[in-house]
Amino acid sequence: MEMSKYAARRQGAKSSTVAKAAKKPAPAAAPRAAQGPIIRPVNPGDLSGVVKVDQRNTGVAKRDYWQDQYERYLRRPKERFFLVGEFEGRIVGFAIGEVRAWEFGSPPCGWVFALGVDPSVRLRNIGSQLIDAISEHFKCAGMRKLRTMLRRDDNLNLSFFRSLGMMAGPFIQLEKDLEE
Amino acid sequence: MKLQKATLFGLYAVLDLAEDRERTRSAGEIAETYGISINHLAKVLRDLGRAGLVEAARGVGGGYRFIGNPKRVTLMDVIEIFEDIRSGAGDARDPGAKTDIGYSLHVVLGEIEDIARATLRSVTIETLLKHVRRDRDQRRAAAAE
Repeated sequence: MEMSKYAARRQGAKSSTVAKAAKKPAPAAAPRAAQGPIIRPVNPGDLSGVVKVDQRNTGVAKRDYWQDQYERYLRRPKERFFLVGEFEGRIVGFAIGEVRAWEFGSPPCGWVFALGVDPSVRLRNIGSQLIDAISEHFKCAGMRKLRTMLRRDDNLNLSFFRSLGMMAGPFIQLEKDLEE
Repeated sequence: MKLQKATLFGLYAVLDLAEDRERTRSAGEIAETYGISINHLAKVLRDLGRAGLVEAARGVGGGYRFIGNPKRVTLMDVIEIFEDIRSGAGDARDPGAKTDIGYSLHVVLGEIEDIARATLRSVTIETLLKHVRRDRDQRRAAAAE
């Protein structure tokens, strides 16, 4: 998951829940490495690329889901961020996150709930750049904490987020089977 | 999770040597840094050598150096050289494990160990050294204020 730069729109971010820390100016331009990937906000035409990247990683094409995510992002662009990574003219990665306030009593924080990088371009720091970019957007929205949730056996992504300095947070996820 | 001494010494040695892969350090130097037995550490270094994580350099300036890939080797990889923590709690051979209470108790203990193993599998040597460098910088900055 990720996102990039909804700068102007964010100027007005005012939710009192969202920000003790002074808001920083939003990034002026999408981060770009020399001849590397471009990290930028998603456009409607990117969705098929996002679906393909996700399908390569999960084996399941979920066009309706990603369309829904895009529409949700449009509804609250100051607090939801949907970024894509473009490399050599195609979409090779995406990240989506949103500000979540007072969920389970937690003060507002930035949640990354989707991240995908095309396996053919791994090890080019595209995932890191996506997370860096979405982190900047969260900071601009006044957030000082980044969270995500992963499967315990998803070692690839666990290692990736760990390498970025993320550690276990104060919450424990619980679940149960609902009996008929 | 309580690690055996050899495991802990192995982690110290690997992390210490991986901080600077060009540098060699003798068993004595490492033992002194962490206040641990040099004899015990020497055995641990031999095990690490057999596992392909360190190599001994002989002669003047000799010692050990880290030769693994710090971005690929995880804490779990080092731990498994010295002990098997793949199945701890939830072991059906434990006394009482087959009783109703024993079973439910082991399910909870197994949950804790599953999380511990997932954590150890996901932290590479490079990731841990990032924490070391960050914490060291923060302490230095605080001391300088």
